[in-house]
Order: sequence, then structure tokens, then C-alpha cells
Amino acid sequence: MSNPAVAQPIKDTLKTARKAALAKRWLPALLLPVVGLLAFLLFWQLAAGSIDTSLGKFPGPAQAVSQFSSLVDEHIAEQRKADAFYQRQEARNAERLAKDPDAKVTVRPYTGKPTFFKQILTSLYTVMTGFAIASLIAIPLGIVCGLSRPIYNAINPLIQVFKPVSPLAWLPLVTMVVSAVYTSADPLFAKSFVTSALTVALCCLWPTVINTTVGVANMDKDLLNVSRVLSLSPLSHVRRIVLPAAIPMIFTGLRLSLATGWMVLIAAEMLAQNPGLGKFIWDEFQNGSSNSLGRIMVAVIVIGLIGFVLDRLMLALQRRVSWDKNADLR
Amino acid sequence: MNHTHLELTGVGISFPTDKGLFCALQNVNLKIDKGEFVSLIGHSGCGKSTVLNIVAGLYQASTGGVILDGKEVNSPGPERAVVFQNHSLLPWLTCYQNIELAVQQVFKGRKGKAEMREWIEHNLNLVHMTHARDKRPSEISGGMKQRIGIGRALAMQPKVLLMDEPFGALDALTRAHLQDSLMEIHADLGNTVIMITHDVDEAVLLSDRIVMMSNGPSATVGDILKVDLARPRERMALAHDPRYHEYRAAVLEFLYQRQRRPAA
Ligand SMILES: Nc1ncnc2c1ncn2[C@@H]1O[C@H](COP(=O)(O)OP(=O)(O)OP(=O)(O)O)[C@@H](O)[C@H]1O
Ligand SMILES: [Mg+2]
Repeated sequence: MSNPAVAQPIKDTLKTARKAALAKRWLPALLLPVVGLLAFLLFWQLAAGSIDTSLGKFPGPAQAVSQFSSLVDEHIAEQRKADAFYQRQEARNAERLAKDPDAKVTVRPYTGKPTFFKQILTSLYTVMTGFAIASLIAIPLGIVCGLSRPIYNAINPLIQVFKPVSPLAWLPLVTMVVSAVYTSADPLFAKSFVTSALTVALCCLWPTVINTTVGVANMDKDLLNVSRVLSLSPLSHVRRIVLPAAIPMIFTGLRLSLATGWMVLIAAEMLAQNPGLGKFIWDEFQNGSSNSLGRIMVAVIVIGLIGFVLDRLMLALQRRVSWDKNADLR
Repeated sequence: MNHTHLELTGVGISFPTDKGLFCALQNVNLKIDKGEFVSLIGHSGCGKSTVLNIVAGLYQASTGGVILDGKEVNSPGPERAVVFQNHSLLPWLTCYQNIELAVQQVFKGRKGKAEMREWIEHNLNLVHMTHARDKRPSEISGGMKQRIGIGRALAMQPKVLLMDEPFGALDALTRAHLQDSLMEIHADLGNTVIMITHDVDEAVLLSDRIVMMSNGPSATVGDILKVDLARPRERMALAHDPRYHEYRAAVLEFLYQRQRRPAA
């Protein structure tokens, strides 16, 4: 039984108050990062102006932006060339077929220089493959280690020894093993891809194994007792109790793994000259033109942004699957 | 109805500790009839939970043993459902799913899908929690969690219901409410119940017999008090019943005179 003449002004006041509260909460959240960013750009500009290298001045933000747009242009130009190449090839093949319907026509792929954006895709694809391989091994291994003390005691020393090994130490070994073992006339994946992905996987394993083990081993004992009273079979015990209970820790591990994997990949690509962003940087460095430093700067920023986005995606996934809605996930 | 249903004979248990074996329980003997409601009462740390865990099969007695319906108990099983002190619901499942997990496990192959759903809903209703069926444990109050824990245990249709201070963490009002629900359910279903409590009033109100435990180490059954009050019991009516006060006084006398809390 509200009086509309009174209710309306109250509603309006409430609305403005809510808006003000919202602004109070969002303004700093948006403003502060922008302030930080501007300060950083200013610092970069000033610092860049005072560093001289053998390839000219260190690139500032403006050069980076212009290099980025030239990379975009190059990519578009390369795309056009590829399209033209395929059109010509198609026309030639059609002509040949018209003359002789039995003629053997081959479609050859375009082999231009991979552009910056191609290299990004290659790197993303490689890191995801390596990460997926690592996760498929690490999660089950972590669960087994967490459930069984003897197995943990057997495996833990190995984990502790292999964990601090740098990817660059693995790389020569992985390269040699891949070229020795992965020999097929018509390989499904390029050797360089397999090498990079395996190196990433080797370095991605440990954070997930360790965190999964901890998550499983530190499970609430009461939940274990619930499972024992219900007499769950070992399989449903793992599926219905252990796995969900360990999900938060598993994700912590996965996020660390993915971040490690992304760092490892760039280094591995640089060292092994395998296609990807690392090779792009290395090529630009060897190239040594006046644009090189600007382009490398663009690559550095893109690598950072991609790493950030990958982590945010994992976080979003974690929020979706995690039952612990009260946890402050960041 | 008068033959022994659950029997503890000479039960003792020792835990390995840094300072050698710690004998927590020694020579615990207890016979419980079908449908009986038994409370365990005693000072903190005397070994009540340990007794319950041995009956549940979660601990293995070092000496003696437990026999349920002529069979020795040596591993946990759903015919001895446990209501844990801190509810122990699976936090990633809703109330309904928590009960469902137990029902699926106990009745797989015996009940169809529709039957199971009906049975889960029946048990939710029994503990008055139908309204929160799709909520997660983190979204409901402590008393509601405890109810779901009881609902889950009842849904397993256990021969024996084991409850470790089920209402310990609740406020007096909620506790009284749940005690009433429990009496109703016990009257309806006639489960055998062993309940641990710290609360003398609760013990007298609910139990057929109160088992009073002596202090540890090497704790054992100190005394057993038979509570001969007619059921259904009504807490307001009991407040004026002299026998109720006698029972109460007897338990208090045991706890505070004969088994005075050892100076820590
Ligand atoms: N797993 C264990 N290892 C070593 N000692 C234990 C273990 N479990 C229980 N104890 C010891 O056994 C004794 C009895 O413990 P118990 O938990 O049964 O007590 P309680 O009567 O349930 O106490 P409360 O009322 O506080 O819950 C205690 O002295 C405790 O320290
Ligand atoms: Mg206890």
C-alpha cells in the first residue's frame, strides 16, 4: 500500500545513490590502470630517447605502433599474394583439365615467408599442444601421487630433480630424440613442431603434478570418511570425491603450467629456430635493420598480452568449474 | 526385538604416538537392541568419537570386536551410516545431489531412476529441507547442513545410525527443533541410533539408555542409565516430570562427581 506520490521520489533518490555507489566502485578500477599505463608510456618514451644502439635509437611507443601497422600491412600483402597464387594455380589446372580430362593436376601449397601473425598462430598452437600433453600426464600422475604415499615417496625425488631443469637444457635432447624416433615419410606434424611442443610439455608437467598432489593429499579427511562409509569403488571414489575436491588446486597448477609453457616456448623457438614468435624475434635480431628493434618491441608486447589473455581464459574456466564460489580467484 | 542387535565385546584401541602407544579405550562392553536409542556421554577427549568410529568401521579395534546382526564389523559400510560432527557434505554438490550420491550407491540395481528420485525427495522432506534442494552447502545455514547430513544418513536406510554430536555446533533453538525432528523420525522408522552428546538434557530427552564413559586414557563404560520415560516425549511436559530431573541429576552426578574432569 505505497503512496505513489511519495514512492516515486524515494525511488529516484535510491537510483541516483546506487549510480553514485557504482561510479565510486568502478572509477578507481578503471582509472588507476589507465594512470599506470600512461606513466609507463611516458617513462618508455623518455628512456628510449636516451638509449643509443648500433641499430639506431631504442624504439619508443610511437615506433612500436608504426612497426605494428607495417606488420599488419605486410600480413595483408602476403595474404593477397597467396590468394593470387592459388587463383593462378586453379586457372592453370582448369585449363589443363579442359584440354585433357585425365591430366593429373596437383595443388601445391603457397610457400611464402610466414608473417608475424602466422607466427603468433603457430606459437599458440604449439603451446596449447604441449600444455594439453602435459596436463593429460600431470593430472592423473598427481592424483596417483596424492592418493598413495608409497608412490609419492617413489616419485617425489624425481619430480624435485627435474622441476628446476631449464627448457634449454632439454631442447637438444628432445631435438635429437625426435629426429631419431619420429621418422615417417609423410609426417603429420613437422618435426620442429613436435620438438617445441614436447619441450613445452616437459616444463609444463611439474606445477600441475605438484599442485594436484598437494590438492589430493590435503583433502578434507571427513570427505574421505564419507566415501568410506558409502563404500564407493576406487573409480567412483576418484571421480566423485577426489577429483572435485582437488579441482581448485589442479587449476592453480594448470595456470602456473600454462604460464611456464608460454615462456618456455618462446625461448625454445629462439634457440631451435622453430617457427613461432621466438623465431620471429631471432630473425629480426639477425636481420638488424633500423626497424628490427621496433618489431622486436612489438613482439615483446604481444607475447605479454597473449600470456595475460591465456591466464585470464584459464581463470574464467576455473571460475566456471570451481565449486568454491567464495574463493577469491585472481 | 529382545535379542542383541549390536554388540561391542572387550573393545580396546591404542594409537601410536611419539611417546609410544596411547591406550585410548580399554574393555568397552555394550549390547544394543534393535530400535534402541543410545547416547554416549563423557568428558571431552575420553574416547566417544573413537567408539563411534570403531562401530562405523573407520577405526579398527586393537582388541575385542563389534558384531552387528551376527557379523563382525571390520570395515565401513552404508548399513552403519554416520552423521559427522561437522556435517561433511560434499561442497560441490547441491543438497539433492549429496543425498543422491548416497542413494545411488546404496540402492543401485534395487531401485529404478524414478524410485530413487522419489526416495531422495522423501528424505529431503523428512528433514524439512525440500525448499533448499538445489542449494549448495555454502549457501545454507549450519542447522540446515546438519539436517542434510541427517537426511543423507537416513536415506541410506541404515541398520544403525551413528551420530557424532550432530547438534553440537547449533544454537539452542535450532537444536531443540532438530531434536524434535529426530524424535519424530526415530518414532516413525525405528532405527537403532547411537548418538554422542555433551548435552545432558539432550541425552535424557532422546535416549532409551545413556552410556556414561569414564575418563581416558584407557577409558571404558563407566555406567549405564536406563531412561524410562514414555514416548512420545514432550520437552515442556518433561520439565515438570520429577523422574526427568532424577535422570538428569544422575548423569550430572556421574560427570561432575565421579568422573570429575581431570585437571589439565
Ligand atoms: N588418530 C588418533 N591418533 C592418536 N590419538 C588419537 C587419535 N584419535 C583419537 N586419539 C586420542 O584418543 C582420545 C579420545 O579421542 P576422541 O576423539 O574419541 O575423544 P572424544 O570423546 O570424542 O572427545 P570430544 O568430545 O572432544 O569430541 C584422545 O585423547 C585423543 O587424543
Ligand atoms: Mg569427538
